[in-house]
Amino acid sequence: MNVEELEKEKNEGVNSIPSTERRNFLKMGLAVTGVFLGGTVLSLTSVKTARGGNADSVIPAEGQYPYTKHYGMVMRQNNCIDCEKCLDACRETNHVPLEHDAWRTNIQERLTTVDGVEKREFRPILCNHCNRPPCVRVCPTKATYKDPETGIVVMDYKKCIGCKTCMAACPYNARYFSHDKYAIDKCNFCLDTRLAAGEKDTACAAACPADVRIFGDIKDTSTRIYKLLHEPDKKIWVIRPECGALPNVFYMNA
Amino acid sequence: MTKNSIADIFAQTEDTRLATPGMNRATIICLVIIVLGLGCGVASFIFGHENVYNYTRDVPWGMLISTYAFWAITSTGLCIYAAISHLFGGTRMAIVSNRMVWMSIICILGAFATIGVEIASPHRMIIYNILSPNPTSNIWWMGTLYGMAVGCMIVEFFGIVTGLARIAVILGTIGAVAEVLANSCLGGVFATLPARPYWYGGQLPIYFLTAAFLSGAAATVLFNHLAYKIRGTEMSEAVKDGVKSAGKAMALVLVLYTVATFWRLIMYFVGGAELGRIAADALISGPLSINFWVLEVAIGLVLPLLLIMLSRLRNIGMMALAGFLILIGQFVARYDLVAAGLLVPGTLGWDNVPTYFDYVPSFAEFAVVLGSVAVVAFGFLMGERLFGKTFDQKEHH
Repeated sequence: MNVEELEKEKNEGVNSIPSTERRNFLKMGLAVTGVFLGGTVLSLTSVKTARGGNADSVIPAEGQYPYTKHYGMVMRQNNCIDCEKCLDACRETNHVPLEHDAWRTNIQERLTTVDGVEKREFRPILCNHCNRPPCVRVCPTKATYKDPETGIVVMDYKKCIGCKTCMAACPYNARYFSHDKYAIDKCNFCLDTRLAAGEKDTACAAACPADVRIFGDIKDTSTRIYKLLHEPDKKIWVIRPECGALPNVFYMNA
Repeated sequence: MTKNSIADIFAQTEDTRLATPGMNRATIICLVIIVLGLGCGVASFIFGHENVYNYTRDVPWGMLISTYAFWAITSTGLCIYAAISHLFGGTRMAIVSNRMVWMSIICILGAFATIGVEIASPHRMIIYNILSPNPTSNIWWMGTLYGMAVGCMIVEFFGIVTGLARIAVILGTIGAVAEVLANSCLGGVFATLPARPYWYGGQLPIYFLTAAFLSGAAATVLFNHLAYKIRGTEMSEAVKDGVKSAGKAMALVLVLYTVATFWRLIMYFVGGAELGRIAADALISGPLSINFWVLEVAIGLVLPLLLIMLSRLRNIGMMALAGFLILIGQFVARYDLVAAGLLVPGTLGWDNVPTYFDYVPSFAEFAVVLGSVAVVAFGFLMGERLFGKTFDQKEHH
């Protein structure tokens, strides 16, 4: 310790921390921040989970399917005429009770004006079987989960405690409280009622007379859904993309 | 443990001054309200959840969730202040900290009573929370941590009444940490839902913690004031000092909470998601505006601040009134937070959905809320009666 040097320093008393100490502390803080910042910048250059070249695309990139099959649905929205055959087929196949709040799939409508002409627009909706499903994350008992084979979001009714957090979390209003099951119920792409029996289509898609609902394995390049999703020059969109749930129900006009 | 030793413990802790007909009557009234109020909730298991509560597909949560949050948050606040006093000793609040530990337990029981009848199948929760836990679920962490906290606090309280100070301090600390984490997860339940922009964001868990510090201080002042009121005696100078300290904390956090509330609402009007702005508008000028301006702001924030200033942090009666008003405001604030997030339709623009869904709590929901208030009142009276001497510490042990 250089006493002569120290004697020249201003006496800062014992009641406060000396300014050199403060400076040292600040330097340490900056160093730590720097290391973290540097680390972040470096890791940005080697992201392993990048999802394909087109960052704006709502379509899952090739090679990003963690499931054996990866089921999804394309809605050719402007073909929908609101005949509700899909709703009836769903109710019948999946025993959805005929109550106001109870539905697995629905058709929404609104009036829009195109070139000065008022037009009625229909939009079929159902569970989006998201790749990052908010409902699955929030369920306390894993009563709802992604089926590892198909990527379908399914329910294990006996585990559902009825906290309704999945209902609050779902951006698509796809869930309802089933009085019969005394648990939350939702669309499961007819996994138990049709796919398990070897059928290739969901009840709603099979019932649609206007060729609106195209169901299939997005992973299989020979399927119609794959071809529709990869048609160049077609605008494809999803509902509420800002929620970041990465839905597997896609919308386009025929 | 033999019957004798339990009787010995109570002989040392019970406050026989409170063995009066008036107290008995008040306790019985509380019990009746508990049975009737929570009975309406229990009826939901018989008559069906959907027939008793006004929940719908669009508005799946309501006043019971907000009441649960209110009691849980108040419990966290009480527990934190008690733990700080126990741990660091020396703080003036230490002298009333035993009462705070007890009331923290009681408040969390009030919360559990509410959520217990809100959840459709609580029996499945008991089984599958253990057999099938989901570590990414905030609800799972919140339930588990609050459960752990109440367990710790009960043992802590046992340590307090039996004079096992070391156990009390260790478990009090673990309990308080569990309460803070649980509170944070409670905030996270709402904060991590991008589908509800009004809730989504990193501020909410901190906001909940701020609310805990506010409600906890308010409850400390109020319950201590009431404890001496029902005895008809004056507080000792040391107890007065403790309550004044809590009053100071209450005033400070009231300002912080007001600032947080201001910025929280401003953010929705400068950009961001439309649904968040519409939800905030529900408070500013929509269906929740009377709740917000009159109950949350005027009665819950401004009036208490004025009362605290008028009391000059000396008049305990006036501060207790401020504490009571803060708790009213906090109760309504939790309701408004839950309701505003859910009233806004995610499918706005389609199906002619209204800008705001219609949700009015059902009779059973009001009854359960009243039942939960009675749980806390009953717990308070029983605590004073059975452990009064423990609460009335002459000095910090």
